[in-house]
Amino acid sequence: MLQLPCPYCGPRDELEFSCGGEAHISRPLAHNKISDADFGEYLFLRDNPKGVFLERWRHASGCRRWFNVVRDTVSHDILEVYAMGRKPRSSAGKNAYNNSWRRTSAAEAAAVNK
Amino acid sequence: MSSQRYRLSGGTTIRTDTPLSFTFDGKSYHGYKGDTLASALIAAGVHLIGRSFKYHRPRGIMSAGSEEPNALVRVGTGAYAEPNLKATQVELYDGLIATSQNRFPSLKYDVGSINSVMSQFLPAGFYYKTFMWPASFWMTYEHFIRNAAGLGKVASDPIDPERYEKTHRHCEILIAGGGGAGLMAAYQAALSGQRVMLVDEQAEFGGWLLSDDAVKIDNMPAYDWVREMQSLLSNMDNVTLLPRTTMFGYGDHNYITLAERVTDHLSPRPSHLPRMRLWKVRVAQVILATGCIERPLVFGGNDLPGVMLASAVQSYITQYGALPGSRAIIVTNNDTAYQAALAFQNAGGFVRAIVDTRTTVKGAWVKAAKDAGIDILSGHGLTGAYGIHHVGRVEISPITADGREITGEAVHMDCDLVMMSGGLTPTVHLHSQARGKLVWDEKHLCFKPGATHEAEQSIGACNGSFALSSGLAEAIRAATKAVKSTGGTCTALSVPDVTALRINYAPMAYWKAPSQAGAGQGPKAFVDFQNDVTSADIQLAVREGYQSVEHVKRYTTTGMATDQGKTSNMNALGILADALGHEIPDVGTTTFRMPYTPTSMGMIAGRDIGGLFDAVRLTRMDSWHRAAGAKFEHVGQWMRAWYYRHDGETMEQAVTREVLAARTTAGLLDASTLGKIDVRGKDAATFLDRIYTNKFSSLAVGKCRYGLMLKDDGMVMDDGVTTRLADEHYHMTTTTGGAAGVLDWMEEWLQTEWPELDVFLTSVTEQWSVATLSGPHARAILEAADISVDLSDTAFPFMSMKQGYVSGLPARIFRISFTGELSYEINVPARYGVALWTALMKAGEAFGITPYGTEAMHVLRAEKGFIIVGQETDGTVTPLDLGMNWIVSKKKPDFIGKRALERTSMADPKRKQLVGLRTDNPDDVIPEGAHAVLDPNQPPPIDMLGHVTSSYASPNLGYSIAMALLKGGHKLIGETVWIPMLDGQKPIKAVVTDTVFYDAQGDRLNGTSSS
Ligand SMILES: [Zn+2]
Repeated sequence: MLQLPCPYCGPRDELEFSCGGEAHISRPLAHNKISDADFGEYLFLRDNPKGVFLERWRHASGCRRWFNVVRDTVSHDILEVYAMGRKPRSSAGKNAYNNSWRRTSAAEAAAVNK
Repeated sequence: MSSQRYRLSGGTTIRTDTPLSFTFDGKSYHGYKGDTLASALIAAGVHLIGRSFKYHRPRGIMSAGSEEPNALVRVGTGAYAEPNLKATQVELYDGLIATSQNRFPSLKYDVGSINSVMSQFLPAGFYYKTFMWPASFWMTYEHFIRNAAGLGKVASDPIDPERYEKTHRHCEILIAGGGGAGLMAAYQAALSGQRVMLVDEQAEFGGWLLSDDAVKIDNMPAYDWVREMQSLLSNMDNVTLLPRTTMFGYGDHNYITLAERVTDHLSPRPSHLPRMRLWKVRVAQVILATGCIERPLVFGGNDLPGVMLASAVQSYITQYGALPGSRAIIVTNNDTAYQAALAFQNAGGFVRAIVDTRTTVKGAWVKAAKDAGIDILSGHGLTGAYGIHHVGRVEISPITADGREITGEAVHMDCDLVMMSGGLTPTVHLHSQARGKLVWDEKHLCFKPGATHEAEQSIGACNGSFALSSGLAEAIRAATKAVKSTGGTCTALSVPDVTALRINYAPMAYWKAPSQAGAGQGPKAFVDFQNDVTSADIQLAVREGYQSVEHVKRYTTTGMATDQGKTSNMNALGILADALGHEIPDVGTTTFRMPYTPTSMGMIAGRDIGGLFDAVRLTRMDSWHRAAGAKFEHVGQWMRAWYYRHDGETMEQAVTREVLAARTTAGLLDASTLGKIDVRGKDAATFLDRIYTNKFSSLAVGKCRYGLMLKDDGMVMDDGVTTRLADEHYHMTTTTGGAAGVLDWMEEWLQTEWPELDVFLTSVTEQWSVATLSGPHARAILEAADISVDLSDTAFPFMSMKQGYVSGLPARIFRISFTGELSYEINVPARYGVALWTALMKAGEAFGITPYGTEAMHVLRAEKGFIIVGQETDGTVTPLDLGMNWIVSKKKPDFIGKRALERTSMADPKRKQLVGLRTDNPDDVIPEGAHAVLDPNQPPPIDMLGHVTSSYASPNLGYSIAMALLKGGHKLIGETVWIPMLDGQKPIKAVVTDTVFYDAQGDRLNGTSSS
């Protein structure tokens, strides 16, 4: 069982948390028209890398707050935790964030008011 | 009463002042405190303990530890019985009742052993080959296989009367294994003052030192040193000593699970203690000192009772004071068995010979054996053991230096004990569970720990350092390192002086004895004793083309028994490597998984069983419902009144009575379980506009609106009525089962997507008790109940909310309807639930008020075509599919699910859409879940239209009604469909209709005056 450092409560057992899957998926706004295929990428496509992954976790049986985790899916090393709305600061986290195909996706471009 | 004919004086753990009695297969025996069931049976001269799994061969005791593959017994009786316990691990207690397994009718005369005669027809992969085809025959085969297979029998009573507990711990340093190295490491670590835990699966600490009478530590016998270390440790407050505790799991981030056997060894068992305790420990630094396991040798007949590991014989003699035989043959490929041979001779046994596969034998222990007058046959192998229920004779052959060929005639010797030693295998299981790597030790022919993944270190024999002195040195090093890395300090102790004869632990590579007999002839040579896998099975697998160790393992099942191949894996690998012509490290190892030893499910469940398995939630009116004879149903965690059965009524009659009352007089429903969420904040209206498909910012204060929530894929997720209490304050209701999920869902959007919104969500489900009064007399009853609010249509119209008092109780009254009747949902602070309920029942008595349950509620809403999320929807249904386009806002720029509904696929005319079904025969009630077709006589594959989601006999309409999700359903209205039935019943004929069956104009919402 993993031990996750909740940024608000400190280290706790994994069973207090629920994993919310991939982090940094921007939601395209409905009035910014994008194709069904581009919208499908936002809705359905989730990365499952072997290695560094940016995830959202929620301290479900604790403070109930969401936060981001940089986790190595092979070693289970927790490389960084950071608040919702922030970007990773560790080099592994930054690389994963910057190199994600989502940074250039139509869905992400449509996530802000145009 | 059988005497202890083979009991010796002495035994490091035996307390002769505490005699115990026990039975095995109904016969009484004696033993002592400190015995295991195995040692007590050996002391009584009992060696036939069980039958094997596949061939039902007679089996005895091979080992003295948790690696035992053969001596599995059932202990206890009735509900307390537990099968498949290793006799070597069962501590003796007074009155213990043990029985043998896998035999019928008796251990000595077993019918199933015919499998042994038939064994040439039961080779590796037999089940795979035979029962692979045709698949439909599996049903037939399975019956026979299930009867023949299986290991032991579980208790007949499904309820385990034992109590189990769980506990959580944190510590800096945990040491697994309390032998010489483990004790040393624990003491060194404990000097730092850090929290230290030392666990050992045996009843006493000491490990191999309990069996080693030839070694001295700091000039004292090893056992005295063990006692001294133990007394030092037990006086330290920072140390937790856990004997009888198996570290069975090594999880991520040093999450350790321990199984402590608390009372299994006690008689009687104190009632205040649990049988077992599961420890969950988060550890900063783990030190593994789990020792090693001696390997059997692979030769024909090596599974006969009386063929034992040499080290086990030494343990029975030295630790338990029990002599496993009187005339022994020792067969070995290394030095360690010489010490066992001498122990056997010193205990009064007669050593016929030491058969050593090595051509040249030398060293201190060889000399000691020679000096003791023991014959040594070097360059020889044991090529067969014979006997019916016990070994009685062995065949010894001269062999080549590489051990592969026989070079001459065999000699035969009689004996009643074979002590075999095939070298030592480090117990790397926990290191492997912790995802540590293994490296090949060419000298000792074993895998030992390599790079670690978790914060752990292996020391002593489990690290391939078999000599005690090096184990103690590693213990001190590892413990000081662990202390340092957890921020503590301690001064390294000096390594104790170890006085012992030098042992050369390096064995000769000799994975399998050559055979005098031809291929396929002669007695079977077992590799995996528990799963009855022979060396021939592994060779056959290779001939059939298997190369990967993982495949061979699964095909032959070697290493897949409950012992996970503790005694067999290395031999299997050696034989496999030979057959493939590879080196062992190139063949690789299989992965060890938790648990290290089989672990009781009862302990894992702990107290989380029965009523404590999950919370049960009761409404405040629960006691009233029970007193009124209600039957209940589970809705999520809630218990809801299902229907109220009067004397002599069937369920159908009761539901009919309740349904009719709600439409002719008045019904009263406990709706307290509906999810209720308080939504507040400057942006509450904006937030709800995004969460719901329809608009809530336009809702006037005091008004209610039905809302539908979608997931962002456009599929219906939940529904309910939300009321605006003030400009920035809403009261949301959800489905009973969806309440927690909706709260989490909205919280997720607020925290992760729209943190800029000023909204606060609070669950208030349990803060309110809710009674729904529904029916033509609802208004009159509320007036009789002294309501402080003007109930006239103009003052209190449909879909609005008033605050006031009902029978003096402060209340929020919502005029909303899930029945289609004039209806009020009266919310009072939760503690007034019963008061409200009884007041309404009293006020309504004269009007024929009738409490109704969830079944009647379902019928009433179905008559009106109201959906239930989770019944009419299943996560693949959009509002458009439900015919609820009216609730999907066209004006809002965005809401959750909006973009998804605009996908082209959403307009597919073949999507399943919600319709009504009216059966041709009004008495036919279609089973829910049944499928509809257009033509019941079409040839397969039949084109399925969709399924029935709700179906009831409607007492108000006098015929059966149903709802169904049918492909292109909205266009099918007026068409005839058929619902094929099981078991040769005729298909049901039905016509597709609109979903609203009753009062389509909605007049009844206003009560008697307008109906
Ligand atoms: Zn927290």
